[in-house]
Amino acid sequence: MTMRPDPTFHASPRLAMEAPAENFAYMLLLSPDFSKPDALAVVDVKPSSPTYSQIVHTVVMPNKGDEFHHFGWNACSSALSPLAGHAFIERRYLVIPGIRSSRIYIVDTKPDPTKARIHKIIEPEEVFKKTGYSRPHTIHCGPEGIYVSTLGGGGKDGTQGPPGVFIMDCETFEVLGRWEIDRGPQQLHYDFWWNLPRDYMVTSEWALPPQFENGIVAEDLLANKYGHRLHFWNLRERRNVQTIDLGANHQMALEVRPAHDPVREYGFVGVVVDTTNLEASIFTWWRDGGKFHAEKTATIPPEPAPKEKLPPLLQGFGAVPPLVTDIDLSMDDRFLYVSCWGTGEMRQYDVRDPRKPKLAGSVHIGGIARRTPHTNGKAYAGGPQMVEISRDGNRVYWTNSLYSTWDKQFYPDGMPGAAVMANVGPSGGLELAKDYWVSFPDGYRPHQIRLEGGDCSTDSFCYPSA
Amino acid sequence: MSQIDWTGAWLWLAVVASGLYHGVNPAMGWPLAVSAGLMEKSPRALFLALGPLAAGHLLAIFVILLPFGLLLGLAEWRREIQLAAAIVVIGFGVFRLLDRRHPRSLARIPPTQLGLWSFAIAIAHGAGLMLVPIYLGLCRTAAAADDRAAGRLVEGNLGVAVLVAMVHVIAMIGAGGCLAWLVYRYLGLKFVSRSWFNLDAVWAISLILVGAIALALNLGHH
Repeated sequence: MTMRPDPTFHASPRLAMEAPAENFAYMLLLSPDFSKPDALAVVDVKPSSPTYSQIVHTVVMPNKGDEFHHFGWNACSSALSPLAGHAFIERRYLVIPGIRSSRIYIVDTKPDPTKARIHKIIEPEEVFKKTGYSRPHTIHCGPEGIYVSTLGGGGKDGTQGPPGVFIMDCETFEVLGRWEIDRGPQQLHYDFWWNLPRDYMVTSEWALPPQFENGIVAEDLLANKYGHRLHFWNLRERRNVQTIDLGANHQMALEVRPAHDPVREYGFVGVVVDTTNLEASIFTWWRDGGKFHAEKTATIPPEPAPKEKLPPLLQGFGAVPPLVTDIDLSMDDRFLYVSCWGTGEMRQYDVRDPRKPKLAGSVHIGGIARRTPHTNGKAYAGGPQMVEISRDGNRVYWTNSLYSTWDKQFYPDGMPGAAVMANVGPSGGLELAKDYWVSFPDGYRPHQIRLEGGDCSTDSFCYPSA
Repeated sequence: MSQIDWTGAWLWLAVVASGLYHGVNPAMGWPLAVSAGLMEKSPRALFLALGPLAAGHLLAIFVILLPFGLLLGLAEWRREIQLAAAIVVIGFGVFRLLDRRHPRSLARIPPTQLGLWSFAIAIAHGAGLMLVPIYLGLCRTAAAADDRAAGRLVEGNLGVAVLVAMVHVIAMIGAGGCLAWLVYRYLGLKFVSRSWFNLDAVWAISLILVGAIALALNLGHH
C-alpha cells in the first residue's frame, strides 16, 4: 500500500509515451532441452551505461522443465481506472507462468531490478484444483485482479474440458478461480486483451496441448484443426457475446493487440499461416453499433526456397511460410510491428488507418532460408519472434525463439539465443542498432521481453489521449 | 435558545463540509466524470455523468439515515440511540482502518452503471455513516425547538434526513464536479495521478473522529 499512485502508472497512452525511457529489460530464458532450470534475465538497456546490452542479473528458478513463454506485471496503468478508486498498489512483481509445468513464479523487482528475487511459487496443483485449467500463458492486470489465460483444460494432456481465463489476487497472488460464466462456443485459447472503459475482452485461439507440446502436428495443421476464431466477451458479465470465425484456413490466430487509446474501438490479430497458400495475415477487428467485425487487412507471401535449405517439415512445399508469430502495436497506435519468424523479417506497418495497413519499414534478420546476419556481422539463427516496443515508440526489441519443440522443427541446425534492437525513424522505418547485442549463457534462449515501467503489450489505459 | 441555534448552524456546516470532503475524494467518482467527458469528447457528457453519481450517493446517504430517524421515534431512548450510533460509526472506522481490502464485488459493476456504482461505493465506504452523528444532532435540535408527539417527531426526522442528504450531495457533487471540470478543461490528465493521495487511513480516521465527538458530546450532556 502506497500513499501515491505508482509513478509508472499513466492515465493515458500519451502520458505513458512522455514518461522517462526504460533502463532495464526483463527477458525470460528458456532451457530448450530442459536440462537446466529456466530463468529471468535482467538486461541493462540504458545507452550511457558501461554494461549496456548486457545481462546484469539472473534469477534462476528452482525447478526444471517449466518452459517460460509469456509474463506480465501484478499491476499496471489500469490501476488508475476511475472505477477502481484506489490506485495504491505498486508495479513491482512479475508474474511468470511455466506453460509446460503450469507452475507460476512471482518475482519481486524491488528495491532494484538487479536484485530481483523469487517472492512466491504457486505450484501446478493449486492451479489445477482451483481452476480446472492448465498451462497458464498471457498475464494482464485488470479490474478484478490479475487475469491469466491458459492453453489447456484439465487432465494429464490438458484436454479434459476447454482452456480459459482465471483470476489471481494482485496482492496475495492467491488463485481465485475461473473467470468465465458463459464461454459460448469457445473451446481453444491463446491470447487476450481488452478495452476497459468499453468493457469488452477479446480472446484468440492456438491449439490444445497435444497439438503443440511435442511439436507442430502437420496433419492437424493441413486438416485446419488449429484455432481460427476470435471471441468477444462482456468483461464485467464474463460472458461470450460474439464469436467470429476468420475462416478455417487461417490457422493459429495468436496475439490480440487492441488500440491503446480506449476511445478507439479496434485492434489487430496475427494469423500464423493460411493453409491454402502458406501466407501469413493480419486481421483488423473493430466494434461498430455494438457488433464486432473482422477482416483480413494485410498479407505476407511465402518465399520459395530450394529443398536443401529447408527443414524436413517444409521440404514438400519448396517454400518458407512467413509464420507471423507475434505482433505489437506502438503506444500511439501508429505502427504495428509484425514478426515473420519463418522468413526472418520484422515488418513495420503504418496503421493510422486501421483497415488499410501500409508497409512503412522492414528489417531482415535470420530466417529459415535467408539466414541474414545482423548488420554488426554476428550470426542470427531463428527469426524475429517476441517483439516489444519502448513506450516512446523509438526502440523495438525482439528475441529469436518461439517454443522449444517448434524451434527444433523449423530450425533443426540449432538456435543460439539472440536479442536485438532496432531504432525507429521519426516518420517510420527501422534500422538495427549495431551496438545492441545481448549475449546469453550457453544453452539458453530468450522469449518474451518486458520493459521496466511498462511497455506496449502490458499497460491498459482507462482515459483517452485526447 | 440562541445556544441551540448555534449548534444547529455548526451541524449544518458539518453536513456541507462532509459533502465537500466526499466530493473531492477520487474514490467517490469525480474521475469518472472526467473519463466520460474525454471518452465522448464533450463537456456535456461530463455533466451528464454527474447526475447518476449524485443520485447514487444521495440514495446511499438516505438509506443509512432512514433507520436511525425511525428509531428516534422512541423519544425516551434518544440518548441511548445516539450513543449506540456513535459506537457503530467508530466501529466501522476501526474496521476500515484494519481491513483496507476492497470488496471484489464492486469490480463487477459495469462502467455504464454509474448510479449503481456510486451507491455501492458510498455504502462500502460508510459515507452515510459519517453523517449519522451529525444527523442525530440535528434531529435533537429540531425536537428541542418544540415538544411534539412521537408520530410528528418521526415525520420531522425523516424530513431532516431528506434535507441532510440533499444538502450533503449538493456540496459533494459541486466540489467533485468543479474538480472534474478543472481537470478536463485546464489541469489535464496528469492531475489524476498527481493529485491522488491514499485517503483510506484518513477516511477511516474521519469516521472514528466523528463518532468520538458524538460520543463525547452525548456523554457530556445530561
